[in-house]
Amino acid sequence: MSERELKKGIKELSPIDVYMLLPRTNCKECGEANCMAFATKLVNREVTIEQCPPLLEKKYEKEYKKLREMMAPAVKEVTVGTGDHAVKIGGKLVMYRHEFTYHNPTPIAIEVTDEMPEEKLLHKVKKVEDFSYEYIGRDVNLDMIAIRSTSNDPAIFKSVVEKVAKATKLPLVLCTFDPNVMEAGIVAIKDRKPLIYAATKDNWRDMAELALMYNCPLTIFAPNNLKLLKSLAKTMREYGIEDLVLDPGTFADDGMADTINNFTMIRRSACRRGDELLGFPLMGTPVTAWIGEEAPKEVLAWREAYIASMLISRYADILIMHSLDGWVQLPNLVWRFNIYTDPRKPVAVESGLKTFGKPDENSPVMLTTNYALTYFTVEADIKSSGADCYLIVVDTGGISVESSIAGRLLTAETAAEAVKESGVDQKVKHRHLIIPGLAARLSGELEDLTGWHVMVGTRDSSGIPGFLKEKWPPKED
Amino acid sequence: MGEKKEKETGIGLDLGLFDLLRNFEEIELEDVEIELGDLELHFQPGAVVAPPKVLAPPKLKPTTILEADFVPPVEQYPGRIGEVQLGATKSEGGSRGKTVVIGGATSPAFYMFERPPPHPPVVTLDVFDTKVPLPKAIRMHVQEVMEDPAEWAKLAVEKFGAEMVTVHLVSTDPLIKDTSPADASKTIEEVLQAVDVPIIVGGCGDPKKDALLFKKIAEVAEGERVVLSSVTLDMANAGVLADVAKAAKDHGHIVLAFTALDLNQARELNRRLYEFLPKDRVLMDLTTAALGYGLEYSFTIFERARLAALMGDPELQHPVLSGTTNAWAAREAWLKMGPEWEPRELRGPIWETVTALSLLLAGVDLFMMMHPAAVRTLNEVIKQLMSTGKARPEKIANWVTAKM
Repeated sequence: MSERELKKGIKELSPIDVYMLLPRTNCKECGEANCMAFATKLVNREVTIEQCPPLLEKKYEKEYKKLREMMAPAVKEVTVGTGDHAVKIGGKLVMYRHEFTYHNPTPIAIEVTDEMPEEKLLHKVKKVEDFSYEYIGRDVNLDMIAIRSTSNDPAIFKSVVEKVAKATKLPLVLCTFDPNVMEAGIVAIKDRKPLIYAATKDNWRDMAELALMYNCPLTIFAPNNLKLLKSLAKTMREYGIEDLVLDPGTFADDGMADTINNFTMIRRSACRRGDELLGFPLMGTPVTAWIGEEAPKEVLAWREAYIASMLISRYADILIMHSLDGWVQLPNLVWRFNIYTDPRKPVAVESGLKTFGKPDENSPVMLTTNYALTYFTVEADIKSSGADCYLIVVDTGGISVESSIAGRLLTAETAAEAVKESGVDQKVKHRHLIIPGLAARLSGELEDLTGWHVMVGTRDSSGIPGFLKEKWPPKED
Repeated sequence: MGEKKEKETGIGLDLGLFDLLRNFEEIELEDVEIELGDLELHFQPGAVVAPPKVLAPPKLKPTTILEADFVPPVEQYPGRIGEVQLGATKSEGGSRGKTVVIGGATSPAFYMFERPPPHPPVVTLDVFDTKVPLPKAIRMHVQEVMEDPAEWAKLAVEKFGAEMVTVHLVSTDPLIKDTSPADASKTIEEVLQAVDVPIIVGGCGDPKKDALLFKKIAEVAEGERVVLSSVTLDMANAGVLADVAKAAKDHGHIVLAFTALDLNQARELNRRLYEFLPKDRVLMDLTTAALGYGLEYSFTIFERARLAALMGDPELQHPVLSGTTNAWAAREAWLKMGPEWEPRELRGPIWETVTALSLLLAGVDLFMMMHPAAVRTLNEVIKQLMSTGKARPEKIANWVTAKM
């Protein structure tokens, strides 16, 4: 079997296919130069169909519908919540990250119960809201609150849902298998479009009615039973419910193999076999690591943390978790951030002059590129050496040293320009510039252009400490 | 187009009808039995049947669960990952009590519904030949043995359950102690005496020094099938790759081909190695960046390599290794942060664990690791992932109301 055959399930669109369905008037209303340019951007998912105003007119109704079908992701996008605080889940176009960017980073919902003492409840909600970590210059956060009814009492659930809704604007998941309790909860926050958790083989009719009546997305829960999960999806669709979320069950210890198997089979069925009934967002519930076993709190939190990370890798589109500990959430939030970046676009860091420690007029000046991996490696190596120094980060479009030299993004000219713009000549007395060992070939020309003395550093930044030890300060000529 | 469409609709309806009749309210058929076969008789092949108007898409609500079939989406691949044996027993020319075989996959990682891997992934624990700066969370476990690689290796095997150990001869670095190949090879001999598991020998990263070192080790460890970590394109550029590859072949060892997140370079290095070594003597390391410091690049390169190999790329069909200990390069793994991120003693090892598990799911066969808790977790997860059919739905069926 060739790679092409295996990929046939992917929506491999050509701009021409899309172009043929556009008005082809080159009216420029979308802001693009012509319809072909717009078609290309559509295929790359850089714009949406709705950004072509004429297409929304009655006479293009057929084309619009066809384009929507053509552009539909293998995994449906489902919205929970409303307005600015809505969160989109699913919407995946591909199975593997390298095929196309993963869309809609997996939101993490933290659970609370309707039997928690009020103070504790509101404290936990606030902690979720405030949870924040600055990573590569951006804040990573938790996303949702899942309210479980452990009381099984409609009145209690209703009042707690009201309280939580008042305390936070985060989107909500309402968790109970009792339709009466569920309705009491939904009624309390009708305008918030919560995610209903969950319809099962026993309560599906009532839950379906609630989803329809209140226009809320609905989760289907069929632990380790994909035939039932799919049958329920079929039933719900016939019922008229389009916004579904699938939970095949998360088993954090015994049954972990089945869990990973189920998530993988569902996603492959959706992406490779075009199985529409399984083409819905997947819910993982690492929270289940906390039930059924007596073990120290840290052991359960540990298990919850790593099963969550595995589900982020293997196709979960939303997670419900229990622990709010920083050490549990941080690796998962960072991993989620990472795996949802565009694999075609190397992550770039800001270019310009960086300082480490407390450099003075005699401190070394080094140079590297703005590829995030290069930069962070160099940064870590400089920090571990404890050196006070300057680092000029050249904008190479987020490409590594070796590749940017080959691609002529890092040249003597661009490096010289970066040295000049950094203003480092005002900060140091000397004129010695340390460049990466992989950029050695630029040294002669760079000396000519800058008038600085160029020192060729090590090929790997792990050599920086040794290099500085041996060669800095430079010997007088 | 019109005719074809009608036909499809007609047939579609006739099959759908059975479901509709059986499962929808407001159409009640009592004492009437309709078999699918009966219905088919009415619709002869090629006949265009206009759908009865009364059955136009009914917006009736189902009253019972509508059954759908689920078939596991199994695929076939033309390629498979080669198997590599690490370590050799006495009868095989070495002195190991245990050997390890990795590789042999015929499906992406842990697609158990498709084809389980013939060999589970394996962890090898890091040992250093000299005092190196280690994060506190790790140091506390190895403090006693830090100056003694043989004792350290023993601790790794006996206490932490290591199936393999990696001896990093960092002291050979010309910038550190510049230990000679002869002295360094004594360390390796001691470790081989102290433990009976297969070992990996790590150099210092200087291509010329490593070449001298590996040639010497290859001789001293004759027949042991140790892994020389690592050989690189830099060695090729320095003109020493051939020497190392020949020494590995002549004395019966494995080489780890290291490249930096670039499949074309990985292929190129492998092609150069094929001139001297059979394929079952080559492992690949495609670079492991720490969680938060480029892990996603590693994840994607390992996943791409595995898929390409299964699709038939003969130059990538090798078991792969991850230097997972690199996870500790992330400052989140060891730095003292605010109280909400403590304790570090958990944050560090979970950082290594998540780095390892992400790559486990991308297809890595062999993990170089450090923290005992991370190693133990990885081994437990591998064991779990190898055994399907253990899920008990009743255990989580009522998680919503469970006390935690």
